[in-house]
Amino acid sequence: MSRIIVVTSGKGGVGKTTTAAALAMGLAERGFRSVVIDFDVGLRNLDLIMGCERRVVYDFINVIQGEARLNQALIKDKRNENLFILPASQTRDKEALTKEGVGKVLTDLSEDFDYIVCDSPAGIELGATMAMYYADDAFVVTNPEVSSVRDSDRMIGILSSKSQRAEEDREPIREYLLLTRYSPQRVERGEMLSVEDVQDILSLDLIGVIPESQAVLNASNSGVPVIMDGESTAGQAYSDVVARYLGEQLPHRFLEIEKRGLLGRLFGG
Amino acid sequence: MGLLSYFKSRSTSGSASLAKERLQILVAHDRAGRDAPSYLPQLQRDILKVLRKYVAVEPGAVNVNLEHDEHHEVLELNIVLPEGERSTG
Repeated sequence: MSRIIVVTSGKGGVGKTTTAAALAMGLAERGFRSVVIDFDVGLRNLDLIMGCERRVVYDFINVIQGEARLNQALIKDKRNENLFILPASQTRDKEALTKEGVGKVLTDLSEDFDYIVCDSPAGIELGATMAMYYADDAFVVTNPEVSSVRDSDRMIGILSSKSQRAEEDREPIREYLLLTRYSPQRVERGEMLSVEDVQDILSLDLIGVIPESQAVLNASNSGVPVIMDGESTAGQAYSDVVARYLGEQLPHRFLEIEKRGLLGRLFGG
Repeated sequence: MGLLSYFKSRSTSGSASLAKERLQILVAHDRAGRDAPSYLPQLQRDILKVLRKYVAVEPGAVNVNLEHDEHHEVLELNIVLPEGERSTG
């Protein structure tokens, strides 16, 4: 039996796809068979972030509609043999995502994989609700910024009422807060909500804090999940997230301003 | 502390604290709306319809709110009557 994880947020551009890619790769690096699915029908981007955009032949919707078999649509990652990508359709209408169709694909995948990571589109429309419906765990990706926090709270409400677990009155989805694009400098200056502020408002388990980092843009530019950039703070923070998700107790890093050299301390702002 | 930062004090009342305050109010309001029973909007429309048989009130004049206490729930009904409808007795 596999575990189904949804990466969601409500608001767009907060780092869902970056997180889904990092999470799937991180789990694969630890030896788990992982598949990451793009639920953003019509606006697929996961293939770009994973660097496999030129290898897409069939997609998720083709499989749901019986036009392709699952193993024809799954793209095997070239860097890690445990990792597969199921791309979204770029052209079809998202109405093609049916509860039955998605359920069937997830059931088939769960025979072969340890973790199924569902990359949700922004918003609260069909793609987003389908991505979360069958989830066991949810990563609520949030930026320390008013509209993102509010939308995350809205998603938390939807997660607790519109999932299969909620409908069948089973144990609810385990929800985790992932704070991204965090800038300790701006928090220090009182310009940005702190980790504690966001936790006070959302009261969710904090699975990690990803610092604002140039490495994220570099990673997406080159189609390499940022978790593979072990030199970067963002990459290290994502590795910590994967470790925590698997049950390791790790302190949160990169929450404080990095110590600077003498010149930096004299002339830095 | 660097020389320059000596002149800058750490802001404790920057825009972040305003953001937190606004969010706390907003999120509490959103949650109240989310947890409210589904009949509230219909109840609000029905009350407005009945009221308008007697008084020419504005569409937004009726406000229905459900508040939870530890032991009981209070259904709060707030109706704003237009100027001049009040009895001068």
